[in-house]
Amino acid sequence: MDQGLRTTAPVEPAVRRSSVRLIGFLISLAVLAAVLVLSIGFGARFLSPGDVWAGLTDPASQYYRIVHDMRLPRTLLGLMVGMALGLAGTIMQALTRNPLADPGLLGINAGASAGVASAAVFLGIGTFYGYIWFALLGAAVVTALVYAVGGGRSATPARLALAGAALNATLYSYVSAALLSDSQAIEKVRFWTAGSLASADFATVARLLPFFAAGLLIAIAAARPLNALSLGDDAARALGSRPAVIRTAVLVAVTLLCGGATAACGPIVFVGLLIPHMVRPITGPDLRWMLPYTAVLAPVLLLGADVLGRVLGSPGELQVGTVTAVLGGPLFLYLVRAAR
Amino acid sequence: MTTLNGTIGSRVGVRPRAVIVGIVAVLGTAVISVLTLGTGEFPIPPADVVRTLFGQGTPAQDFIVNELRLPRMITAILVGMALAAGGAVFQSLVRNPLGSPDILGITNGAGTAALTVVILGGSSTQLSLAAVAGGLGAALLIQLIGGRHGLHGYRFILVGIGLAAIFTGISGYLLTRGVQMENARAMLWLTGSLDGRDWQQAGPLLGVLAVTLPILLLACGPGLRILEMGDDAAAALGVPVRVLRTSALFVAALLVSCAAAAAGPVAFVALIAPHLAKRLTRAPGPNLVPSLAMGALLLVGADWIAQHAARPLPVGVVTGIVGGAYLVWLLTTERRAGRI
Repeated sequence: MDQGLRTTAPVEPAVRRSSVRLIGFLISLAVLAAVLVLSIGFGARFLSPGDVWAGLTDPASQYYRIVHDMRLPRTLLGLMVGMALGLAGTIMQALTRNPLADPGLLGINAGASAGVASAAVFLGIGTFYGYIWFALLGAAVVTALVYAVGGGRSATPARLALAGAALNATLYSYVSAALLSDSQAIEKVRFWTAGSLASADFATVARLLPFFAAGLLIAIAAARPLNALSLGDDAARALGSRPAVIRTAVLVAVTLLCGGATAACGPIVFVGLLIPHMVRPITGPDLRWMLPYTAVLAPVLLLGADVLGRVLGSPGELQVGTVTAVLGGPLFLYLVRAAR
Repeated sequence: MTTLNGTIGSRVGVRPRAVIVGIVAVLGTAVISVLTLGTGEFPIPPADVVRTLFGQGTPAQDFIVNELRLPRMITAILVGMALAAGGAVFQSLVRNPLGSPDILGITNGAGTAALTVVILGGSSTQLSLAAVAGGLGAALLIQLIGGRHGLHGYRFILVGIGLAAIFTGISGYLLTRGVQMENARAMLWLTGSLDGRDWQQAGPLLGVLAVTLPILLLACGPGLRILEMGDDAAAALGVPVRVLRTSALFVAALLVSCAAAAAGPVAFVALIAPHLAKRLTRAPGPNLVPSLAMGALLLVGADWIAQHAARPLPVGVVTGIVGGAYLVWLLTTERRAGRI
């Protein structure tokens, strides 16, 4: 298992690798741009890329209101949430040296859900403004718990995944118990629990931004120390890092990223798991490359899933959380199967 | 050496400790059942309940106890037994105390299939059939995906966890499809409840248990105990490993899905009952008989708590919360002992 799903890549000539990385990054950026345009273009009314551009830039355009009031906030939210989940997964995998660390599978997103469900049921809170603190609290508790229970750095992939799955199941039954007592709350949060970008507006985006930015900055700052930490605590100390500080910082970043993302659009699994796995063969284990790649490709997956949900579910839509679960699940199973 | 001799010896011999645990659990179940049968809108003292059960009560008592409350009680006991037996087999198969059908996707498969029927407005018979089909389907998927190099260990666990996540995603989508009334029904079902259960649920479950328990106890039990020493050792001792694993998997999945069909996917009983039994008996192997008694005790006890709560709760809420607390404790102690 550990040999199969490894977090280190085979060594390759440095020069070739860095040009491959750069070209790959440019291609990824182009794909992201295409997905952004698609995400703005798709909907009850299809807009061509030209219409999208007009709608974005020209206040006189007939599409200005559609783009600015509905499609743009949704797309921006998807961009941020995708980045957040992807980055959280990447640094969590690096921290635990565990290829199966995913904020969704580890129950961190479920912790945020439990916080939100409690807020909705016991305090009658029904907006994102109210949710975010409860989501962060729930995410923080579960992050600490799963890390401690799963055995910290010594955790094997299966042990960590089991600890996460167990916490997930517990929190899931808590959430349904809390919701059962209040059918109003079921209505309020049932779309949210499926993981959806549908209710996005600029206020949500603005509210999420500070948490997202803080998590992003910590993640970026942690890239180099985490690289050092992957050599082991003693080597990291010798290289001038402080392992305890880095671990705390990474757990804080994961909490901010996952808690914020979950508060904004519900629990979404597999984004944080799959993207690092797709990225690692291209970049190698160096986080200074993995993080930018993840930041670009994770939104591609999330927005792609969202667009797909809108296409497949039309006239309604499939929630993005469902699409990522149904798309990501088989990929996860493939990874498990391919591992020896 | 002692393990080998001990295991083979205990195929014939019966451990006194296991007998005591079994008897105490059965007695506990009986006492709580009598108390619960006396609980409700018309309280009946325990002595009268016992008299009524033996046909000596007044007509009113006879109606309330034997007609109204007894079928529900029997359902609870049978569901507890079925879940515990399924859980014991699973934990034995994956050699991990956390490898319960709740976490490995069987319960989720049953839940998703049943939810589909609820959303489509099907009858309760269709719901039960769908739950059984869903659970067996999940087992089949685990077997197909995880069974390539033999069905065991981490691959089994990870495939199960992946499937569980996929099913949860689909359930989330289904919940957004229903209208409010159906959703309340669906949520209640997904939590697991004994309300309104009668012979219609107890009858089929009794039939399934009557057929499968002898198979498990006589055909699979001894083999599973040897299997815990490792597939190779078991094969060398003449156990048909592949056949045993596959048949035990499907029998266990059948039991769990039938329990889910009767009362919904009651959380954590399948995980805790066998584990508690094993801890108390200190015997190797799946401990099927003590687990059965323990499962009945747990479910009946949870039902008693649920009925005595400030407002009546579905039994799944109690098992979920109690089970979650037990689980965190279990994870911590087992990790310290290095068993997970």
